[in-house]
Amino acid sequence: MKGGIHLKPALLMVGLYIFFKFGMPLFTAPLPASLIMLYLMLTFSGIMIFMTLSGTSMESFLGPIFRFISGDGQDGTMKMARLAVLALFPLLVGWQTYTSTASSTAPPAENRTVHPAPPGEFAAMSNPVPNTPENVMQGKGLYAAYCSPCHGLFDGKGPASRGFNPPPANFKDPTTIAMLQESYLFWRIKKGGVGLSVEGMPWKSAMPRWEFELKDEQIWKIIMGEYDGAGQKPRTWE
Amino acid sequence: MRNHEALQGQDPGRLNLWGLSVVGLALLAGLLGVPVAGWAEDAASASAAVSYRDIPQLGGSRNIIWVVAQLHLLLAGFVLGVPIFAWLCEIVGWKTGEKRYDKLAKEFTKLLTSSYATTALFGGILLFLLISFYPKLMTYLTDIFFPSFIAYCGLFLLETATLYLYWYGWDVMQEGRAKVFHLFLGFLLNFFAFFIMVIPNSWATFQASPVVIAEGSNVARAWAATWNPTWWPVNIHRLIANVVLGGYICGAYAGVRYLSAKSAEEREHYDWMGYVGNFIGVFGLLPLPFAGYWLMREIYQYNQQMGITLMGGFLSWLFILQAMLIGVLFLGSNYYFWLGITHRIPGAEAKYKKPIMAMLVILLLCLGVWMTPHSLVASLEEARKLGGTHHPLLGVFGVMSAKMTVANLMILVTFMSFIMYWRAGKEETATWAKLARAVMSGVLGVAAIVVIVLGVWGYFVPAIVRINYFSVAQVLIVIFVMLTITPLTALLLRSARTTTEMIWGRMPPRAGYALVLNAVMVILLMTLMGYARSSSRVHWHIYGVMRDNSEYAYSPALGYAAAFMSLNTFLFCMLVAFIFWVATMGDKAKAGHGAMPAMAGGSPELDRSKAH
Repeated sequence: MKGGIHLKPALLMVGLYIFFKFGMPLFTAPLPASLIMLYLMLTFSGIMIFMTLSGTSMESFLGPIFRFISGDGQDGTMKMARLAVLALFPLLVGWQTYTSTASSTAPPAENRTVHPAPPGEFAAMSNPVPNTPENVMQGKGLYAAYCSPCHGLFDGKGPASRGFNPPPANFKDPTTIAMLQESYLFWRIKKGGVGLSVEGMPWKSAMPRWEFELKDEQIWKIIMGEYDGAGQKPRTWE
Repeated sequence: MRNHEALQGQDPGRLNLWGLSVVGLALLAGLLGVPVAGWAEDAASASAAVSYRDIPQLGGSRNIIWVVAQLHLLLAGFVLGVPIFAWLCEIVGWKTGEKRYDKLAKEFTKLLTSSYATTALFGGILLFLLISFYPKLMTYLTDIFFPSFIAYCGLFLLETATLYLYWYGWDVMQEGRAKVFHLFLGFLLNFFAFFIMVIPNSWATFQASPVVIAEGSNVARAWAATWNPTWWPVNIHRLIANVVLGGYICGAYAGVRYLSAKSAEEREHYDWMGYVGNFIGVFGLLPLPFAGYWLMREIYQYNQQMGITLMGGFLSWLFILQAMLIGVLFLGSNYYFWLGITHRIPGAEAKYKKPIMAMLVILLLCLGVWMTPHSLVASLEEARKLGGTHHPLLGVFGVMSAKMTVANLMILVTFMSFIMYWRAGKEETATWAKLARAVMSGVLGVAAIVVIVLGVWGYFVPAIVRINYFSVAQVLIVIFVMLTITPLTALLLRSARTTTEMIWGRMPPRAGYALVLNAVMVILLMTLMGYARSSSRVHWHIYGVMRDNSEYAYSPALGYAAAFMSLNTFLFCMLVAFIFWVATMGDKAKAGHGAMPAMAGGSPELDRSKAH
């Protein structure tokens, strides 16, 4: 079929776009445009790599495109189509340039939040409280009183969680506290959002500064209770 | 004729003397320039207590050091990588009797002599600039590392003498015991080069991961500081990276020469050289992620703050860029292998189309996972729908368990690309060939499944189990696959019948561009990771010990840093192009006068034997 060599890649690109944009939100959260663009660019790279592996496939894939753009032997509809493309292309570039530079009332894209690095005095700390069932239970009790309104049953879905953006951390997610050492949590609980390091400011965190309400020992117990309740283990080196 | 040969032999010598003269003049100029470098210094502080000097008119001390240090490091990587490359080629040529490997080794050793002088020149400039701009820091480091400074100078003398013997003795040490001695010289060259690399590594890694220095003799203090936690991980990582850099730059050189080749003989030769360069680059690339993983593990264990700054903090975007660059490198290397199959082996296209597509799809899927950040760039509206910047489903791709898994799979695919290339155009005739193929398929399939299972399981075990056992197991499995399939394939091919002869010189121009692209990617990667390693110290000259109190103590924005990475990559490419141009100038003149070779540095003896 004439044009079939272009049809499959085009269908693949369109199909993937539809899947990422409209299909995925049916069973999970939508993907941001940045990620969709990344995946489509990878797909496009793959198509180009595969289609240019041999001289034959390259000629059959790119040849018609080059001939269309160069206008060799064209007349009638094809000639008009070529002129339309050549006219539309700079307009497309102009539109893209305008939309990316024109001032807008929309808020800027969310900066990628990064994990703040703990200050030196916290980085080297270790939990001085023994990990006994009694201490873990006490920690869970303190957690229920101070942390659960936002962090819920360790899943970040406490009664107050819907009021925050970004939402409270989900400790059951294996990519959160399981990746961190206990001292990191100690720093975050003790100093809260206002105690975040200056690097990468401004931070967006409503985490209270618990050092005024809780003693250090209580914070360490909360950490133990948190890990136990979430079914996670802290990062250690032994 | 002997006189003619003698004259030919002198050409590089002249070049080298000229190069050394330039170095000498530059060093002299540097010495004379030292007082000038302090023009921005406050007159009142012109005493021994000066901590910093600057030349703001030239962009500031940090930027100047950034460019010079990066260029020195890239040149050093090239100068240390090329001898490994050349020596391996020489051994292959000696063992197989294929003279073209020997010629290739010689061609690159010739480039080494001029590159060596340029590297030393940049090293001298860097040293003078460091002493001028950071006197307090340099005083501190000198106080600790004084003995290793002396050892470093001694090694340089040994390395230089060995290089002279290795290069100038090439033609006279071609046969019998003399050749064995020449190979030994090649070993010595690499031996000294390795220590020339590890000694400065100790200075740089001490800045990042200092240790408590005990009281004692100068040597004892230097020894204690040298054995800091990141010293060996950096040594291994850089050693492998140098092989990769040397291989890919060789490939790029061959690619450029291939694109400009005028005769069939040249095309054939540079096509083959490009293949060897790409092969050695890939050979080094396969273990590189393991070495990088070990380095990051040691950094994180040494200091949680530094580990998070790098892997999750403000420098973490660099690792997404790194994934992109490594991805392009993997794709570029495989693309070159696949182009080789479809163009050098007539009729192979149809047979290998499907396996190539399967490998390409796996590579792209893996790359997609590797490039997915843990937290995403999203508009406010998108972030609201997401419930933050972590995607509930794809967020799991953003952490090390996923990255390590896909890195291992990409290594497996690239390895299989090579095996496929190796076997293409041959028919295995051994009676046990079917069984061997089944074993190889089984090993590969089981290995891939186990790597994925360990990767998924890694989310459900404590971090230390994943880091110490699962990740290590994944690496060992991949190494096991390589160690099983490589000898099996070699055994199979020993009795194989060649059905289609490989034809060199038929690669399309895009293969040459792919080789150049790979080299540029490696250089960009080195500049990127150089910035990451250096910036992970944040506002410390020596982490936690000596604070940076200069006006440049802040960390530059990523966009600003990216501009410098690009600048350094561009400058290095220009330098290498210049070195190649200068080093091959004489050969072009010779070729113009009717003397043999189409290739630079070709041995007259060997050329004659080939002509006969």
